[in-house]
Amino acid sequence: MFKILLKKELAPSIKLFEFDAPLIARKAKPGQFVVLRINEEGERIPLTIADAKKDSGRLVIVFQEVGKSTKLLGTLNVGDAIIDLIGPLGKPSEIEKYGTVVCIGGGVGTPEIYPVARALKQAGNKVISIIGARSKNLLIMEPEMKSVSDELYITTDDGTYVKKGFVTDELKRLISEGVKIDCIFAVGPVIMMKAVTDVTRPYNIKTIVSLNPIMLDATGMCGVCRVEVGGETKFACVDGPEFDGHKVNFDLLVKRLRTYIKDEKESLDLFEKHSAECG
Amino acid sequence: MPKPLPNKIPMREQTPQERVKNFKEVPFGYTEEEAVIEAKRCLACKKPSCVAGCPVEIDIPGFVSRIAEKDFKGAIKVLKQKNVLPAICGRVCPQEDQCEKVCVLCKKMEPVAIGRLERFAADWEAKSGIVDMPEKKPATGKRVAVVGAGPAGLVFAGDLVQMGHEVTLFEALHKAGGVLVYGIPEFRLPKAIVQREVEYIERLGVKLMTSFVVGNTQTVDELLQEYDAVFLGTGAGLPWFMNLPGENYSGIYSANEYLVRSNLMKAYLFPQYDTPIVRGKRVATIGGGNVAMDSARTALRLGAEKSMIIYRRSKTEMPARIEEVHHAEEEGIQFEFLTLPVKYYGDENGWVKEMECLRMELGEPDASGRRRPINIPGSEFRIPADTVVVAIGQSPNPLIPQTTPDLQVGKHGNIIADEKTGKSTKKGVFAGGDIVTGAATVILAMGAGRIAAKSCDEYLKTGIW
Ligand SMILES: Cc1cc2nc3c(=O)[nH]c(=O)nc-3n(C[C@H](O)[C@H](O)[C@H](O)COP(=O)(O)OP(=O)(O)OC[C@H]3O[C@@H](n4cnc5c(N)ncnc54)[C@H](O)[C@@H]3O)c2cc1C
Ligand code: SF4
Ligand code: FES
Repeated sequence: MFKILLKKELAPSIKLFEFDAPLIARKAKPGQFVVLRINEEGERIPLTIADAKKDSGRLVIVFQEVGKSTKLLGTLNVGDAIIDLIGPLGKPSEIEKYGTVVCIGGGVGTPEIYPVARALKQAGNKVISIIGARSKNLLIMEPEMKSVSDELYITTDDGTYVKKGFVTDELKRLISEGVKIDCIFAVGPVIMMKAVTDVTRPYNIKTIVSLNPIMLDATGMCGVCRVEVGGETKFACVDGPEFDGHKVNFDLLVKRLRTYIKDEKESLDLFEKHSAECG
Repeated sequence: MPKPLPNKIPMREQTPQERVKNFKEVPFGYTEEEAVIEAKRCLACKKPSCVAGCPVEIDIPGFVSRIAEKDFKGAIKVLKQKNVLPAICGRVCPQEDQCEKVCVLCKKMEPVAIGRLERFAADWEAKSGIVDMPEKKPATGKRVAVVGAGPAGLVFAGDLVQMGHEVTLFEALHKAGGVLVYGIPEFRLPKAIVQREVEYIERLGVKLMTSFVVGNTQTVDELLQEYDAVFLGTGAGLPWFMNLPGENYSGIYSANEYLVRSNLMKAYLFPQYDTPIVRGKRVATIGGGNVAMDSARTALRLGAEKSMIIYRRSKTEMPARIEEVHHAEEEGIQFEFLTLPVKYYGDENGWVKEMECLRMELGEPDASGRRRPINIPGSEFRIPADTVVVAIGQSPNPLIPQTTPDLQVGKHGNIIADEKTGKSTKKGVFAGGDIVTGAATVILAMGAGRIAAKSCDEYLKTGIW
């Protein structure tokens, strides 16, 4: 059992949990993820590690309530426990001294890019970060990102905070202003990551994205997480989750993510009906 | 002595029409009367050939004759001397290739139903509720880590804890049992039986740590700092695909995924359980082994109108247990023999729609002794399918070799270990089961666990590698 030690609501339907998980926290590196299972009937859901506090054995995750499982997770409170927390899984980000690095986080991709940005900063890079959200109230982790970035730019789709537009607009601006970028890490919705790679491809800027296909075991034994990178099939859970964005077949990723869309809706409807009935 | 009855006493089972609508076990097992009559068919040979046919050399005439005498407790005692998981082996061993194949009765009639009798004795014990706990040797103070809770790891852990060592069993998944829980379906091996065996091992004193991925949560080298020896029984969990055009369309599963969803995650009970599975109407399963039969039969139970087995050789070459092929045929699985898929076609949403195949013919025998399939040029044809399950095999999971630099592996990624001792190329590390042999059988994995346990005990006592 893994106990929840801290719960914070970062934005409407975006929550942060700290779990008591010393074994995983001790080993976790930026870019890795965990799989969790809430209860006996629960599915195995992968979530990126937002932070790992080695001394206190705390593992931090941030998630958006979208389907049944994340909504149910959101109803848990400090003191509650989930039955399984497995990890750290996947290959860590390749942290080295690149020079100038741009870290891009969209939506709940921001907490995922945060440990990567911090490690890149510690490795001696100049870190320029761009974070974006649909609207002001959904923008999260601004202070944290600020603390690990040399420069921080912010966009909101509706213009309710700082600059109206997409993270790619800020990226284009940096490029047009002649900022020399050695490497980009982008984490966020698939369309955002695809858009980033479309911007950087003509300039041949190394662009690393973190893929979020459907996963099951997340240890390389089922293949549901297969993605196409450079025309080759890879298992994102063990070969990734980070890949060279210019080689990723995003269209395939989008299609495969829709495999269970009907079931996910059925499961969610049932959950909401039940929640409504039980108050 | 009266002449034995020519045929095995049949085992009563659910009718095919009934059972394709549920996930309950197909056969019911023998009653006491049936078991006794069947056991009396055994001639109790002085030099029993069946014993040599059993990979763990169970005293077969010994346990069968006790059943004939209605000494069921005695029978289970004899079985357990060599096989700690008889309820499982009685159900899943390929007896027709092992003990029953070499039974002397085969010369004239059907062999003794050794597997059914083994299962009977084990079920009798479980029903009686009295399971004798073995004596444990005094504590040695030595600590052993076992990685992987499949048959190899369970047997190794159970043996070592009885020898007085402190044993921790690490399992990556959230449930112990290996293929027995995630692969083999409920209708063939009820999960309650596996659970019973796992609980038994825990009662013996083995500490079980599930959801612990060795290589990630801790490496083998880190384990070696805390433990005096490590056993690797991590199985052959890496699924093979065929690298065909269109293989990543939605609706195309590896057998591992299909079976893990259905068995481990209980997707057949969705939405009561959260994990979904595609309930295809026309399901094509590629392969001819147990894994393929299990997948195709699972598809039927999930509501497929048509469940097909696509196999590139002919019926005689199929490696699946005969009983499972027979059950599959009865249930209406359609077999497309001498057929090789070469390409998939999908719809605009990226869902599989059709599979293009080639017809094959059989040529000369290959390395496995089976006739090699050769494709017939120009024989392309299409099979419509909305779900495809690729069940052509699996190889060892590379996670541990990748994170344990000085562990030697063979060219198929299998860990190299001595057959007679289970010793790997790394001091203090033993290995056995599918991770060493490649995908094989439950009984062979158990046998390997037992052999390694013996030599590990030696090593712990003497310190000599
Ligand atoms: C669908 C299916 C049907 C089968 N039917 C039959 C049959 O009818 N008869 C028969 O005799 N055989 C059958 N087999 C084969 C048989 O199940 C295997 O040969 C046997 O289970 C191998 O045992 P094992 O202990 O070596 O490995 P497994 O049973 O594979 O167990 C290995 C365990 O190790 C765990 N593990 C892997 N990596 C790690 C890690 N890094 N850290 C921690 N744990 C890890 C895995 O999660 C797994 O639980 C079947 C196999 C399948 C897939
Ligand atoms: S363990 Fe398997 S091979 Fe041995 S007697 Fe039992 S059924 Fe036959
Ligand atoms: S999630 Fe199963 S192999 Fe990646």
